[in-house]
Amino acid sequence: MSTVKLTVNGKAVSVDVEDRTLLVQLLRDHLNLTGTHVGCDTSQCGACTVHIDGKAVKSCTVLAGQADGSSITTIEGLAKGDELHPMQAAFRDNHGLQCGFCTPGMIMSAVDIVKRHGGQLDEATVRHELEGNICRCTGYHNIVKSVLDAAGRMKVAQAAE
Amino acid sequence: MGVEGIGASVVRKEDKRFITGKGRYVDDIKLQGMTYAHFIRSPHAHARVRGIDASAALKMPGVVAVLNGKQIVDDKVGNLICGWAITSKDGSPMKMGAWPAMAPETVRFVGQAVAVVIAESKNLARDAAEAVVVDYEELPAVANVAASIKSGAPQLHPEAPGNQVYDWVIGDENAVNGAFAKAANVVKLDLTNNRLAPNAMEPRSAIADYDAAEEHFTLYTTSQNPHVARLVLSAFYNIAPEHKLRVIAPDVGGGFGSKIYIYPEEMVALWASKRVGRPVKWTGDRTEAFLTDAHGRDHVTHAEMAFDKDNKILGLRVKTYANFGAYMSLFSSSVPTYLYATLLSGQYNIPAIHAEVIGVYTNTTPVDAYRGAGRPEASYLVERMMETAARQLKVDPAELRRRNFITQFPHQTPVIMAYDTGDFHASLDAAMKAIDYAGFAARKAKAKSEGKLRGIGLSCYIEACGIAPSKAVGSLGAGVGLWESAEVRVNPVGTIEILTGSHSHGQGHETTFCQLVADRLGVPISQVSIVHGDTDKVQFGMGTYGSRSAAVGLTAILKAMEKMEAKAKKIAAHALEASEADIVIENGEFKVTGTDKSIALPMVALAAYTAHNLPDGMEPGLKESAFYDPTNFTFPAGAYICEIEVDPSTGKTNFVNFVAADDFGRLINPMIVEGQVHGGLAQGIGQALLEHAVYDANGQPVTASFMDYTMPRADDLPSFKLSHTTTLCPGNPLGIKGCGEAGAIGASAAVINAITDAIGKNNLEMPATPDRVWRTIHAA
Repeated sequence: MSTVKLTVNGKAVSVDVEDRTLLVQLLRDHLNLTGTHVGCDTSQCGACTVHIDGKAVKSCTVLAGQADGSSITTIEGLAKGDELHPMQAAFRDNHGLQCGFCTPGMIMSAVDIVKRHGGQLDEATVRHELEGNICRCTGYHNIVKSVLDAAGRMKVAQAAE
Repeated sequence: MGVEGIGASVVRKEDKRFITGKGRYVDDIKLQGMTYAHFIRSPHAHARVRGIDASAALKMPGVVAVLNGKQIVDDKVGNLICGWAITSKDGSPMKMGAWPAMAPETVRFVGQAVAVVIAESKNLARDAAEAVVVDYEELPAVANVAASIKSGAPQLHPEAPGNQVYDWVIGDENAVNGAFAKAANVVKLDLTNNRLAPNAMEPRSAIADYDAAEEHFTLYTTSQNPHVARLVLSAFYNIAPEHKLRVIAPDVGGGFGSKIYIYPEEMVALWASKRVGRPVKWTGDRTEAFLTDAHGRDHVTHAEMAFDKDNKILGLRVKTYANFGAYMSLFSSSVPTYLYATLLSGQYNIPAIHAEVIGVYTNTTPVDAYRGAGRPEASYLVERMMETAARQLKVDPAELRRRNFITQFPHQTPVIMAYDTGDFHASLDAAMKAIDYAGFAARKAKAKSEGKLRGIGLSCYIEACGIAPSKAVGSLGAGVGLWESAEVRVNPVGTIEILTGSHSHGQGHETTFCQLVADRLGVPISQVSIVHGDTDKVQFGMGTYGSRSAAVGLTAILKAMEKMEAKAKKIAAHALEASEADIVIENGEFKVTGTDKSIALPMVALAAYTAHNLPDGMEPGLKESAFYDPTNFTFPAGAYICEIEVDPSTGKTNFVNFVAADDFGRLINPMIVEGQVHGGLAQGIGQALLEHAVYDANGQPVTASFMDYTMPRADDLPSFKLSHTTTLCPGNPLGIKGCGEAGAIGASAAVINAITDAIGKNNLEMPATPDRVWRTIHAA
């Protein structure tokens, strides 16, 4: 057993876990943050994507202990109160989700993609960058549309800040 | 239509919880005192279980129990069944091999469970499973159709000599022989429809909770049809009578057919919960999904089509071997028969059709309905055949199709189906225009000058959806009726709850079903809730599959709405001292037509529940229910055209364009309909280019993770250009045909027709991987 101290969605937490505990298990089983999903166990599908210190990471591939001292954002921590993150709003407005299972990971990846490209995104880049997230429902058509839409919204939001 | 009525692209009500991480899937649920199950599964495709030694595991920390197949059989939990009886051509019933929920004696596919560990945590259960020793005696296995039908092949089930499930026929063989005797040309085609793993993103999961005092079970499960699950678990698997079993399917992360069936893990969780006296949770991992979720497709077919001198089709002869895997899954028998062979007429006038379907057992994961279920196999065959014929007869593939299109409706095919309506020329016109078919030759020439091979492929599909008229399917062997039920509850304050037997696992029912209410009553959809997925709340239902939820489920809601509205009008007329016939419903109010007199819906509802001033003899309350049974299947149809470019040096296929022109009848929410098409197309294209569930000759699966099985990813697919043509379905009052499976049914043939057009060789199996395409290009 080890004690892992980290910040999750802005709150400091300290959790005693078995050493083999994965970050996704800490989030889901110990903190009840069940928005982060497990879809494949082999780091292929990206349903478990969260932000560790601002970077998108597949939380099924990180031991909880490795995340000690870091700041984690999950899908539950993305909106500011009732105000959706522009990526969340874009997924809703563009029908970028159906069953919703891959959606949290998609959104967390997509936020990182837009940030890394500074809003300079085209369809081919988005499709290439989404390679680590699998969706079985949407054929990606509306996910790509959502990310491009959000990239525009995030640029506007940034300019306004 | 109004901003939220029928035909409006309303954003989805359910999305907020999914985009904020508040969806509630089965694995998200924790119960007090919950234990965790981990299954011990056979590593062999075929073996005898000589013994199971759990003594070491039972001493490990946190282990509650280790249970095995002999115990579940001794406790009289029933064997899994196939619920659609198919009769062979010799009159004998299909041969169903016994399938216990855990194998007591013989395992017949890799992944079949022999025992289960129940422990205090998932990790402890997994640790203990490592310590359970199973003594297997390996037996020879058959991994595919060819091996299964060989004389002297290893036999799977004593009930099924020669590994044969059935040898079934449809159509008039003599008429077909006559057609071929007078044919000017005969086109022959051999093809394989590759086996697929459904891969809903949410792995299957179940939580069983037994209440000993009440002798009552609650099952939370990843199901497309919780009432069917309860029915089967009660009536056939002896778990508990229906009133002692509540099945809840909360948010479900995709199904595509794979979550229709009742699986061994659910049965074991229920049984184990009673034995250990605590809730039991099982959540599969992705490899378990590959090993145990029912697979799809897996046909081997030879077909011949006869043409007259004017290129009109005279007849079609088909012989298909369908691989069922090791056991007959719940609806498996119907898939290669009534869901496949009945669609072999495609969009064409074919005077005579005869098909023979031989179902066989192999030592592989059971096969059942996967998105489209039989209809993609039929569509792939017919549309590959039309393309092959066009090449052999040296006519334009669009022209050959047009020459043979059905144009008069209703049209009775020689294989049961009576198409009610359609306009196949219109959808082909729309698709050809969208892709600039006329300009293709110039584009192909330009690509050639750049060293690339450009191809174009058509697919004109038709499907039978709106599953299904109960009497018709009953006469064909179905063990259930396929109607749907609904209930409309207007609460005393005027808010509305719609209870439906349909189940949404991505389809957006919480939005589209509200749109019908908004359309009829003129109330905002925020005033309406959809309740589904719980057998204690919803009276009954047959669930969601076969593109049935709008055509059948929504029609049931409409029927209940009509009853509710009729009563509400009586109450309004009484309150307004007007004639019932003069009452119209607008913007949430009941108005006396031609006057300014009106009463708002909440006041009508309140009057219904206070019952202080109702018409004489009227019962209080404002709640009505309906069961709707369709009178025919619906027939969505359309034309898909795909333009691709192949790099001859690598065999890699790139999409230039993919257009779809579908006729789904009336659309409730075009945005959601298009989303359904996108997803279906991705699965059809995935089958054509990427996906294949592969077994080696010994029955070992070699594609049991996302590392090995190629799922379509964003950069494998193009953006799609969709359009719609419309002929309203005459079979239901809303004119709906259904849209959930079309993409998966029509897309594969368009892709393979395009690639084979590009490379100038007609024989190419799916998936058309770069390796396979390169070898085909460079084959002598």
